[in-house]
Amino acid sequence: MSFRYLLKPSDRVACAWIAASKDSERELSMSGKANEAGMGAPIVVGACLAFGAILGLGMASKAVDSGIYFHGLLFFVACLAGGVALIGKVSRDRSGANDRNTRYNDGVIRAGVIASTFWGIIGFLVGLTIALQLAFPELNFDTPWTNFGRLRPLHTSAVIFAFGGNVLIATSFFVVQRTCQAKMEAEYGAWFVFWGYQLFIVFAATGYVLGITQSKEYAEPEWYVDIWLTIVWVAYLLVFLDTLRRRKEPHIYVANWFYLAFIVTVAMLHIVNNLAVPVSMFGSKSYTLLSGVQDALTQWWYGHNAVGFFLTAGFLGIMYYFVPKRAERPVYSYRLSIIHFWSLIFLYIWAGPHHLHYTALPDWAQTLGMTFSIMLWMPSWGGMINGLMTLSGAWDKLRTDPVLRMLVVSIAFYGMSTFEGPLMAIKAVNALSHYTDWTIGHVHSGALGWVAFVSFGALYHLTPVLWKRDRLYSLALVNVHFWIATIGIVLYITAMWVSGILQGLMWRAYDNLGFLEYSFVETVEAMHPFYVIRALGGGMFVIGALIMAYNLIRTIRGDVRDEPSQVPAAVPAASS
Amino acid sequence: MTYQTVSAFAQTYGLAALFIMFTVAVTYALWPGNRAKFDRAAKTPLEED
Repeated sequence: MSFRYLLKPSDRVACAWIAASKDSERELSMSGKANEAGMGAPIVVGACLAFGAILGLGMASKAVDSGIYFHGLLFFVACLAGGVALIGKVSRDRSGANDRNTRYNDGVIRAGVIASTFWGIIGFLVGLTIALQLAFPELNFDTPWTNFGRLRPLHTSAVIFAFGGNVLIATSFFVVQRTCQAKMEAEYGAWFVFWGYQLFIVFAATGYVLGITQSKEYAEPEWYVDIWLTIVWVAYLLVFLDTLRRRKEPHIYVANWFYLAFIVTVAMLHIVNNLAVPVSMFGSKSYTLLSGVQDALTQWWYGHNAVGFFLTAGFLGIMYYFVPKRAERPVYSYRLSIIHFWSLIFLYIWAGPHHLHYTALPDWAQTLGMTFSIMLWMPSWGGMINGLMTLSGAWDKLRTDPVLRMLVVSIAFYGMSTFEGPLMAIKAVNALSHYTDWTIGHVHSGALGWVAFVSFGALYHLTPVLWKRDRLYSLALVNVHFWIATIGIVLYITAMWVSGILQGLMWRAYDNLGFLEYSFVETVEAMHPFYVIRALGGGMFVIGALIMAYNLIRTIRGDVRDEPSQVPAAVPAASS
Repeated sequence: MTYQTVSAFAQTYGLAALFIMFTVAVTYALWPGNRAKFDRAAKTPLEED
């Protein structure tokens, strides 16, 4: 009940925000001078920021624990910073320093490219740290803040939500404007989505390190951070829909369908999974509304669809725009893309129970999860074939364009991990694979191979376009990134296959008297070499990301590295 | 609302509704009249920068 009470006024704030952007736009059209911004929107935004600052201070002053005290102050500071930024923006708009007549609204997308790269590196570095902690436990340093248990959600949230989320927000804003040939007019709304999302990340990350968690996988942030994300997410949906509404062509391009499914479903999953009752309105701790096996099922309904709709549907939106774009070929089969979309949406939502095989979950529900997971093979591979075949007639570009190569390899990894996933969802296989490192390897073949590679491809493509550069600083460096990251992924997943299967077999080994053959610590000891190899692979992946960051920064600065073109020179016409 | 009523609904109306929705989606994708529209849509990413 308290949850609803809190949600309603905050939703109103989000709507006011969007309405404010609409106001400014209406005033624009009324005045007829696009470069003269109205004052309606800034006043509403300023009022919201003032309200937020008071709310933050109030939370901090009445805080019952140190976590909410810190986050209340953080919210206060964020609102003040927002106020300063607002004054700066209004003065620039009024002096005409901001060109408001651009064809597209790209400022927030440029910010998204920078934020994605930044959070990517942070997330990969924390991943490398916890990989090394598993190999060398001394690296936990015996403090609560650097403990594996706190850093592990920091890693997963940083890579999935901070890196992946920023990539999705930035590319969706880019793709929806281009494919609809419509400008994203909700300027304040878009900036609120961007900065609100960064604040969510900072809330979540600092909370984990301080020990604030509701201990739900991929949904660790506590109730007040969940409410904040709900507000940001609803604003995101409204900004996206508003741009979609302005489209020139009646047909909505398939990439936008994937983005929309991602936004809507994540909103639904997030709200249901996070239904909770706070112990105090001024404290960080809450209790989940559901309990027992219902809670477990809800959590994995959320968890698996976070994979299905955040890490799959959203990134398929990227695939369906950037692969045709980069290959300069139309989508191989547009009909297949529609069937791909609907079958993926229909099947994915039921696959979650495969995370709960051989638990208290009823057998029929386990079988349902397994069956739908196996059926997912069809849309997954249909989509993979559609993406790969888009290159037909342009395969030669793979030789000359390392960015396209990255995109294509990401599709190959998508195919591989969506083959492996259903396999692991089969009960008999799951009996061996579950709780072992095989699962970790599977997740990373999807996350590093598919999600990160398709994101890198998009970032490499976007940077020169958004900053109006002729080309990237260096294609040779993209090539180095491609190879070092690919070898890193291969080391990672092969190490986890071996260690996972070894682990699973050791756990189930009995001697001839019926006793377990190995103690648990013996299985841990056997993992050590593979953990070292995994950390090595992860380290290579981090180095690749650092090379990308360097390349993107030089591209943004407008530098071009003098390097021999990879495109073979045209053969001179034979003189007669 | 018991488990039985929910499962009876899911196995009859629920199943039929989802199946019909999916059939409509596939029919839409394969409808010959939509071919020209889809051919145009397939080239959408190539139009703008």
